[in-house]
Amino acid sequence: MNSISTHDLLLSIGQRTLVRGLDWTARAGECWSIIGRNGAGKSTLLRTLAGLQQPNAGSVQVNGRALPDWPLAELARQRAFLAQSRHDAFAYTVLESVLSARHPYHANRYWEGSDDHQAAMQALASMEVDDLAARDVRTLSGGERQRVAIAALLAQQTPLLLLDEPANALDLAHQVSVMGLLARLCREQERTVVMIGHDLNLAARISTHVLLLMGDGRWTAGANDQIMRPALLGDYLGHPIDMIEHEGRRIFIPKEGTA
Amino acid sequence: MQASVPPLRQRATLIVGAMLAFSIATLLFAGMTGSIRVPLHEIPDALRQLASGQPDSLSASLLELRASRALVAFATGGALALAGLMMQALLRNPLADPYVLGVSSGASVGALLALLLMTSTLMVDAAALAGAIGVAMLLYLLARRDLRSGQAAEGGASMLLLTGVIVSALCGSVVTLMLSIAPEGRLRSMIFWLIGDLAGAPLRLLPWLVLAGCLLYAMRNARAMNMVALHAENAVTLGVRVGALRKGLFFVSALLTASAVTSAGSIGFVGLIVPHACRFAFGPDHRVLIPAVVLAGGAFLVLCDTLARTIVAPQQLPVGAITAMIGAPVFLYQLHRLRK
Repeated sequence: MNSISTHDLLLSIGQRTLVRGLDWTARAGECWSIIGRNGAGKSTLLRTLAGLQQPNAGSVQVNGRALPDWPLAELARQRAFLAQSRHDAFAYTVLESVLSARHPYHANRYWEGSDDHQAAMQALASMEVDDLAARDVRTLSGGERQRVAIAALLAQQTPLLLLDEPANALDLAHQVSVMGLLARLCREQERTVVMIGHDLNLAARISTHVLLLMGDGRWTAGANDQIMRPALLGDYLGHPIDMIEHEGRRIFIPKEGTA
Repeated sequence: MQASVPPLRQRATLIVGAMLAFSIATLLFAGMTGSIRVPLHEIPDALRQLASGQPDSLSASLLELRASRALVAFATGGALALAGLMMQALLRNPLADPYVLGVSSGASVGALLALLLMTSTLMVDAAALAGAIGVAMLLYLLARRDLRSGQAAEGGASMLLLTGVIVSALCGSVVTLMLSIAPEGRLRSMIFWLIGDLAGAPLRLLPWLVLAGCLLYAMRNARAMNMVALHAENAVTLGVRVGALRKGLFFVSALLTASAVTSAGSIGFVGLIVPHACRFAFGPDHRVLIPAVVLAGGAFLVLCDTLARTIVAPQQLPVGAITAMIGAPVFLYQLHRLRK
């Protein structure tokens, strides 16, 4: 069964401790949202989970095996990572950028196979960007580029998905459809999703679990309905939050400022 | 969509085949062209005489002279173009080039120091390599933080180019210093070496071996180079050992630069314009670019050298002057397009 967990994890930048003693597990079929203020260490944590950064102490395990013990290519068939932003220096096509996500499957071949093309085209279609396949990635709009990047993540076909602000630059309709797709992947295919997001309402709707980061070492993790409470969220986000019920959904809105 | 797989491979074969034919054509053209023309119909006979090791006819001896010089040019051009391509993928910056970044001047300093101390040819080669690697490592250390944080393309690009300019200037002044303290007897060979000329360059096996080895390394890592060019640091999550690849690319491109500089002196801009033109024509996929760039770089320098020795014949120009006159405007054009 796919899972990712941390054991007594310590993350710090300079003198500042971001996360202390994080013992946490995300199991198959769970969809986690990481929520916290700017600079609370969300991206640092996600990059550490992806193996891009070393923790200051503690360890990260994927399927019960510590990250340094995984061969990189094998690990790349287990987990995919969506970076917060990207810069394209060369004129690769959309299709080439998505095909690159198939790298861990054909490391010994010089060219991709037809199954790779199929996976890439399917992923592009699921993000509604298949008509852009031949375009230069540098000519895309921010939202289109983000959807292509998510398509690449899907083409990697991993049980474990780590996403740093997947809703970034997406319009409303695509925010909802991308989030819905991620929730479906957890529900129907038993995949594990860990993502960072700033939209409390999207997170409340699709996450099964939430991890709150305070940015001074403190953290709180648990099931959606235990964590997504106005008082707790307000505490962690540094601004009072109201909750209203609308057609059976919980809607979170920031209280009017006093200033 | 399945149908698009074989065409990708066929297209690559076609491109490389065409480039190979073009390269052979330029070599023959270089052999024919000069103050005394060798007519085309005498070429097969002259080649046969060369193959048997007894160039008796005038055509055969002319061809031998010109072809060996053209072959030196070819290996040099191919090495410079491949070094440029590697640095561009590595630094994710289409303006990177061993000459612009000062790696060539580093090699010059090493080689001139060896010449000043009157050491053997092998020591000159080794000293050039040490100089090239020294500068490459300095650049790597300075660029490392930018590469890590993914800023190499925005603010980092001009930062890196500025660093290269300063390093080149430093190397230039060290060269001037060495020339001014060099004894009279050594001065002539040092100056000739410095001008970057293919005229006196002997045909040696070593640059070809270096080029072949580095080409093999590049082809084996072509897919990983695509990954780094696309995803930078994050290529790790796709199973690429980015750290090892970057070190390898830095070392191999420094080796290629040193090899080119020791055979023909410091020749500029080949590593910039050739990969740029190939990327424009064939797309950014390194699996196609690597062989194409080596062939195109070789052919380009052969043509430039033919031009250099014929344009104001019987006087001969250093080939570096020709490449710079073509390369500098292309570089400026690129720089301004990048700023937009």
